[in-house]
Amino acid sequence: MRLDKTEISLGLIALGCVLFGFVSPGWLIFLLTIALAKALVVQGVVMQMRSGLVSFGQGLFYCIGGYTVGMGGQFFGIHDAVAALSLGMFVAIIIAMLLGLLLTRYREIFFAMLSLAFSMILFGILVKSQELGSTDGFNVHDWTLFGWAPEAGAGSQYTVFTMTVVSGLIVAVLIHRYTKAGIGVICEAVRENEVRVEYLGLSPRWLLYGNYVAAAAVSALGGGLTALATGHVDPEMAYWTTSGEFVFIALLGGLGHVAAPFIAAIVFSFVRTYAIEFVPHTWQMILGFTLLAVIIFLPKGLWSLVSREKTGERA
Amino acid sequence: MTCILETRSLNKEFGAVIAAKDLNVQIHKGEVVGVIGSNGAGKTTFINMVTGYLKPTRGEILFNGKSIMGHSPRAITRAGMARSFQVAQLFPEMTVLDNLIVALAAAESARPSFLSPLRSDARIARAEEVLKEFGVANYRDSMVTAVPQGARKLVDIAMALIGNPQMLLLDEPTSGVSMDEKTGLMDTVMNAVRQHGVTVLFVEHDMDVVERYVSRVLAFYSGEIIADGKPAAVLADQQVRDLVTGHRPTIKQGNGAS
Repeated sequence: MRLDKTEISLGLIALGCVLFGFVSPGWLIFLLTIALAKALVVQGVVMQMRSGLVSFGQGLFYCIGGYTVGMGGQFFGIHDAVAALSLGMFVAIIIAMLLGLLLTRYREIFFAMLSLAFSMILFGILVKSQELGSTDGFNVHDWTLFGWAPEAGAGSQYTVFTMTVVSGLIVAVLIHRYTKAGIGVICEAVRENEVRVEYLGLSPRWLLYGNYVAAAAVSALGGGLTALATGHVDPEMAYWTTSGEFVFIALLGGLGHVAAPFIAAIVFSFVRTYAIEFVPHTWQMILGFTLLAVIIFLPKGLWSLVSREKTGERA
Repeated sequence: MTCILETRSLNKEFGAVIAAKDLNVQIHKGEVVGVIGSNGAGKTTFINMVTGYLKPTRGEILFNGKSIMGHSPRAITRAGMARSFQVAQLFPEMTVLDNLIVALAAAESARPSFLSPLRSDARIARAEEVLKEFGVANYRDSMVTAVPQGARKLVDIAMALIGNPQMLLLDEPTSGVSMDEKTGLMDTVMNAVRQHGVTVLFVEHDMDVVERYVSRVLAFYSGEIIADGKPAAVLADQQVRDLVTGHRPTIKQGNGAS
């Protein structure tokens, strides 16, 4: 398998992150873990945006990933992190395969609202489920990694951070290849001209379906990692504001590169953390102004700062 | 000659409006057929029905002897019938080369790969070859939006032809193209079509283009075919002159009067 320049760069950055984890304070590792896990969900949102669909319900798969990891340990004795994460992705794929049959018939605002509706249905079910802790959710059991149990606290935090970085690297390389591969490029073609794609002998609907299912799997992985990092899951994971946050981060980063969602998620986490710290009553306003500034000055997202630098463009 | 496309009693009604009435057409392999008619005569409706975009109200459509009634546009494309559009249907945020590469990849497989790169050396070489064939190689790396109308039309037709179809339907290939460019565009298209041995049916308003390039003409009026035959005969037909082409004024040289 030959790696291109982007893949090598991603690998080096991931290695740098893992090494950085050794010398970072716990709060920073936690913040980065959550940011990177959310970036995986955002990757799913971005995959769909590239094909012209905006999902306002990606929290559905984020929640499925998280709850599957939690329920695996709680009810089914699955304590291995990799097995639990894989199960979360599997469940998300099955549900996406069912929902995708309906959702890929719709476009634009109808797709956005329907995806949101399914997410809110899950939220409603979880809120009413006393066995799953209702609005409080429940704690995730201690987990192991191939039989090894990391020590609670810093050890566990660093392990889940490393797992998130490695997962992020694998997903980033796969998505990088996917966007250059037949289905990735043709999904962009669907966004630009669905009629032409149909008259080239391809089914736009099935292309979007494949894309939707792949995006669900990636998002569930992000949800599962978040559950491992926080040790807790609750119905808020499926709430519409959570899905809105993923769209926010996607717009912040832009669609220009596979690294954009990671950068945007980290920037978002820092802005939010510091906004809450310094202006606890108006932190949402700070986020709003940040998005407004990005939309006005960087309509193609934060990544356009990097691409301008590369191409020598001036703002 | 073998019949490649046949329609039997093809009808299309939009409520009270009859857009196609008992269309019985046989197109033979290797023919170049021109479809003429005034606006609203049913030409594009005919093409849209044959290519699966519109569902006929009644009748039958056979392609290579097999019914394609109710088939999707993609299934009909895969069966070997490609089309271009009155307004070029391209991918505007891609380069001209990438438009052709997407078309080529689609022609190769109905299931695009998840991980192998779309831009392979073989596809790039083939797409460049087609760009040269259509005389638009100088726009290779231009975004479609930056390309002139005539070149866009050529790219649109090249995308339809790159999958080696058996039959090509062109909906007004010279519309929106300047008078000067029309002949050059049609020469390029017809040369490519001859090389690929494709049967062609095209809708056209310019009678000079029709006379010059087709071997047979179908004249449409009010959803019906009112004449079918050699261009000279159809264009001289009184009914066609009255209802489709109009009477061209005779210009008398010398006295300045018309």
